[in-house]
Amino acid sequence: MKTLSFHPDDAVHAFITTIPHVSYGEGPLCGMTVAVKDNISTKGIETTCASRILKGYIPPYDAHVITLLRNAGAAIVGKTNMDEFGMGTTTENSAFGPTYNPLDHSRVPGGSSGGSAAAVAAGLVDCAIGSDTGGSIRCPAAFCGIVGLKPTYGRVSRYGLIAYANSLEQIGPMARDVGTLSRLFSVLAGYDRRDATSVDKPYTHTPCADIKGLKVGVPREFFGEGVNPQVADVVRQAIETLKSLGAQAIPCTIPSMKYALAAYYVTCTSEASSNLARFDGVRYGPPITSMKSWHDAFSDQRKAGFGKEVRRRIMLGTFSLAAGYYGRYYHKAQTARQMVRNDFDRIFKEVDVIAGPTMPDIAFKFGEKSDPLQMYLSDILTVPANLAGVPALSVPCGTVDSMPVGLQLIGRYFEEERIIDAAYAFEQEVA
Amino acid sequence: MEDFETIIGLEIHCQLNTKSKMFCGCSTDFRDNEPNTHTCPICLGLPGSMPMINKRAVEYALKVAKALECTIREESEFSRKNYFYPDLNKAYQITQYDKPLAERGKLLIDGDHGEKEVRITRIHLEEDPGRSVHMGTTDRGKYTLVDYNRAGIPLIEIVTEPDIRSPKEARKFLNKLRATLEYLNVFDSEKEGSLRVDANISLKGSERVEVKNISSYKGVEKALTFEVTRQKNLLRRGQPVIRETRHFVEARGVTTSSRSKEEEHDYRYFPEPDLLPLRVASWVDAIELPELPDARRERFRTQYGVSLEHAKTLTGELKLADFYEHVASVDPLLAATWTADYLLGELNYRDFSIDAMSSDLFRELLDLIKADTITDKSAVEILRMILDAVKEGRKPERPYEIVKRLGLAKTSGDQITALIHDVIAEQKAAVDDYYAGKSQALNFLVGQVMKKCRGRADPGYLNKLLREILDKKV
Amino acid sequence: MITSEDVRKISKLADVGIDDSEISEFTAQCSGILNYFAILDGLDQDVPFIRERYNVLRDDEVCPSLTQEESLQNAGHTEKGYFKAPRVM
Repeated sequence: MKTLSFHPDDAVHAFITTIPHVSYGEGPLCGMTVAVKDNISTKGIETTCASRILKGYIPPYDAHVITLLRNAGAAIVGKTNMDEFGMGTTTENSAFGPTYNPLDHSRVPGGSSGGSAAAVAAGLVDCAIGSDTGGSIRCPAAFCGIVGLKPTYGRVSRYGLIAYANSLEQIGPMARDVGTLSRLFSVLAGYDRRDATSVDKPYTHTPCADIKGLKVGVPREFFGEGVNPQVADVVRQAIETLKSLGAQAIPCTIPSMKYALAAYYVTCTSEASSNLARFDGVRYGPPITSMKSWHDAFSDQRKAGFGKEVRRRIMLGTFSLAAGYYGRYYHKAQTARQMVRNDFDRIFKEVDVIAGPTMPDIAFKFGEKSDPLQMYLSDILTVPANLAGVPALSVPCGTVDSMPVGLQLIGRYFEEERIIDAAYAFEQEVA
Repeated sequence: MEDFETIIGLEIHCQLNTKSKMFCGCSTDFRDNEPNTHTCPICLGLPGSMPMINKRAVEYALKVAKALECTIREESEFSRKNYFYPDLNKAYQITQYDKPLAERGKLLIDGDHGEKEVRITRIHLEEDPGRSVHMGTTDRGKYTLVDYNRAGIPLIEIVTEPDIRSPKEARKFLNKLRATLEYLNVFDSEKEGSLRVDANISLKGSERVEVKNISSYKGVEKALTFEVTRQKNLLRRGQPVIRETRHFVEARGVTTSSRSKEEEHDYRYFPEPDLLPLRVASWVDAIELPELPDARRERFRTQYGVSLEHAKTLTGELKLADFYEHVASVDPLLAATWTADYLLGELNYRDFSIDAMSSDLFRELLDLIKADTITDKSAVEILRMILDAVKEGRKPERPYEIVKRLGLAKTSGDQITALIHDVIAEQKAAVDDYYAGKSQALNFLVGQVMKKCRGRADPGYLNKLLREILDKKV
Repeated sequence: MITSEDVRKISKLADVGIDDSEISEFTAQCSGILNYFAILDGLDQDVPFIRERYNVLRDDEVCPSLTQEESLQNAGHTEKGYFKAPRVM
């Protein structure tokens, strides 16, 4: 075993925990420094989900991906900042303070994997892993100008990922270039018998820049109202670049988009309201000091331990599952999901990948999105891929006002290889 | 006085005796182990952990479903039942809600008015929560200790239609169900808490009351009898029965109105997103059921010639049925009588299970009875001596040894004849009375012979022989 | 439109401790968001999300458990090997 020292100049506050002396072994990632989002369980290392309610929690086990990284010789150097429990688009919802966008400290790095993205963009680490429930890898990748991939649902084990929305989320790689992303992904992907939703689809691909004949679908809904026209232009240019490399652009439409955001938020808040109910202070988290009877004591603990956004989402999820008028919403959201899936199935009969902007705008200024619903609306372009379970990545494709713009590429189930190739081809062309 | 028809439905939770828990590999065999020593991230509900369904638990549940003649759903799935409680470490229980494993079955029982069918509404799988121990006496000094060794143990829940019409029928249903589960070898009836019962009971026309916390299935008849009386008394006084949940307090034999825990719950069920659905209807064909109680009962009648009553008793418990078949070779009818009537009586009196009697010792005893070596009275004496030894923790003596030591062997035929002649010679007055037609005189003479042989003779045989000899002398 | 009574009831069900000072803020925000969710009203509930895989099971094998110490290591309060929780009424 070798060791390395890790003392980053973390002006952007990417990390919650850093590990000053890290040992690592042999393997395909030998000595690569990897930052891990703080919702992924690391044995013996505090794992907080950027929440006060998990302050001091030391998991007695490693998430499956952590075992894979260690076995591949990676040096896990720290746990990164995030929106509390993954709930947010800016990393402003962390209980331990925000992370700054390395390209402009007055702007957010995106979320919820903002810390991981900032660590990579600031050059503090070679690569990072994050989680993506509704865009949480792709959004910060776009805002920070790096590459980030949300794998096909089931391709990477979720065992050890502290659940926010089980049916939507995946752990994925983040890096400054497609080649590194691909290397990291080849370690992460594959079957885990402890995760019943895990699928046996390892990834062993080397990115290839030849995309002649690639059919690229361009949905009109991705360039509609709500998308900054300058951002739309930059992305359209990027698609032209793909065409110049031999791809074909084909217009298409996703009618189910109109239900997508509601379906997403109903589903994720419902699952979250259940997943987060276990945080009551008895088995982990700060000790209960209240002398009240258990129900009131739990309430006090959770009020003190959860931030407002988390409590709001738990409320919304509880509404969506509760008996009565709103309780139907969870099941209706599943109908909408099937519609999104059907739309993708239909489109992918005619095209190989779908392209569009990752985010409707560039990185916001801190405090810019104060209304929750306004914040939720910025996820509109990323959530469809989570609802359907298809793979999607973001690759930098230009700037607006000096801030990076991300090109989103969405592929068929288990065809990460193809979207990675398209991203690689683009990256090589503009380099 | 108007009689009220009683309507009862039962919900039975049974722990399956798989080696590992429902959703993780922790051992289910925690007995009296230290708390929290059979837990892992999954059954402790640590963040990031994920469940994995135990295949054998599904197989066991299917076995039960097949034995109860249920229809297996084409596709069934697990759901989350969300509520807060210290012993529920994920704050949800993984159970089955709108798509249970099996539905619409039945169990035949001896009802109050003959054989009847109790319909089974559904059977589903779920996990057991942990165990809370409430501590402290003063209000402010109270707290709860929790042990999660039990959390995650596989349970099947069996729900009946409200077909049961009396507390007695409820007990019979439970006995039959318990026996069936034992025969299927899916549960350990000796393990404390392995079978728990909730009951729904109403008098026709009135509100339904749920009675929870009946932890011994023997307590069910007690609990329901109390509840029926309570409800009848209310109605007779012109008061309504309130729809509520009550707890059974076993020690006092009463049900009490329970408070806050049972307030109207909204469990917000939704499908468990970390588990995939089950499509196991086709597995049922491959399942071979062992001989079940009813079939074994019939076989005891045809193979051993045992009476219906005895057959019912002997097959009522798996271990008892096995015991009987170990000793039946001596003489099936003799064995049946002595097991079902005598042995069970002595066992019940001492609150023993059939485990207390070794089948080898019992077979030896039956051999002695069959060979006419000892009287019935002596046999009972020997039986009691063996059980008393067990009770005191001593190794019981073998029946042969007891017979030898106490000289219990019956007086032989020749010896009895000699004694009879002695008595006839000594008791001239009684003999004359006999010849004069006074039948009591015979009893007196029998008593005298018995005295002389210290009871080592069959009264019936003695009676017959004495009469023969007396009649010959005339 | 949801009322603050609805919010109180739901916050109790969810155990998130929303106090009086937060009620109107949460009511307004949740109201607005739930109104947005209402777009799902137009959908037919009986078209379910199809799950294509099934019967993922594990064998009935015992695996090592955590030690009692590991199990309790993150608990705030313990007593004689048990987790200590606030009193149940």
